[in-house]
Amino acid sequence: MYIYFYILIGCCFFCLIRAWLGRSIPDRMVAIDIMGTLAVGITALYALISKRGFLIDIALAWIFLSFIGTLALAKYLSHKTLDE
Amino acid sequence: MVWNELAGMIVIGIGVAFDFLGCLGLLRLPDVYNRLQAGTKCVTFGTCGILLGVFLMQGFTPTGIKALVGIPFVLLTSPVGAHALAKGAHIFGVKLTDKTVVDHYAEDRGNKLTL
Amino acid sequence: MRKIVLILFAFILWVLLTWSFTLQSLTAGGVVALIIGLLFGNFVIEKAGPVFDLRRWFWALVYIPVFLWEMTKANFDVAYRVLHPKLPIDPGIVKVKTKLQSEMGIVFLANSITLTPGTFTVDLKGQYLYIHCIKVRSTGLAEASHEIVDRFEKLLIKIFD
Repeated sequence: MYIYFYILIGCCFFCLIRAWLGRSIPDRMVAIDIMGTLAVGITALYALISKRGFLIDIALAWIFLSFIGTLALAKYLSHKTLDE
Repeated sequence: MVWNELAGMIVIGIGVAFDFLGCLGLLRLPDVYNRLQAGTKCVTFGTCGILLGVFLMQGFTPTGIKALVGIPFVLLTSPVGAHALAKGAHIFGVKLTDKTVVDHYAEDRGNKLTL
Repeated sequence: MRKIVLILFAFILWVLLTWSFTLQSLTAGGVVALIIGLLFGNFVIEKAGPVFDLRRWFWALVYIPVFLWEMTKANFDVAYRVLHPKLPIDPGIVKVKTKLQSEMGIVFLANSITLTPGTFTVDLKGQYLYIHCIKVRSTGLAEASHEIVDRFEKLLIKIFD
């Protein structure tokens, strides 16, 4: 069970490498967005391993927080003001 | 009930494998749009697999049902975030890779792309 | 009528998220769902009629396995392209047209296209969708529409229009 956990953390390192190499700003944003979705999986898996049910609530909240963060970053990319 | 734990382990394993492939695609593919393709599809599928595996292992307990409710939320929010990022990147002026065949979107938007 | 639909959705979501059938939690959920439905019903739901049409729910049930099958195929496709040492891709953005009318239907179509093999929605204007393909097969409007959109359009028309 823990091996899955370590593989997922390795995936996060891949995303961080992409955010570091980058080349353009949208590349880094894509990496951060994908890391948000990975974090949902990690939290759900940790809820299963540690047998703490409340962590799955955090995973559910994380889905929406990551979504709103991505939308805000995308708005910034297209040169619009945030209060449109 | 050993078999539902076994099924849960297998489903979580498939999900983790696709997460890994998605992140590998994020490193290997050439431009933003292709990276979004690999990243969004594989990582969404992988996360759904993990949540489904949690449901299979927990059964009809509050934790399991919450994991099951999470699946449609991921399926609805993740593609929308990806559209927003792709559109933002195109307006920001990221060039497509050299292998690109056709780009109707830039023609219709009517401006030359400059980085 | 629109308020009743939202009250029902909110209450079902509450029951799924708490999953305890004591009188206390059901009453609390009912009161919260009632307040939310009365306040926001007119903004969230456009038309209440189609929600109670059972045929649409049946086609939605048919749609789920089709979608899951396409999504699994998509993932093996992307996995193949990523693992191949030469990266067999020729990407491009093509324009397609859909016959769907309702906004909800177009949103679901765009999301489905994003999660299926080699295609990815970049933008939509009215009934035209701009789609980034990882492997472009045809560039004309009609052929591309036939190739990419038709699989889902038949079912989505029955669900949403």
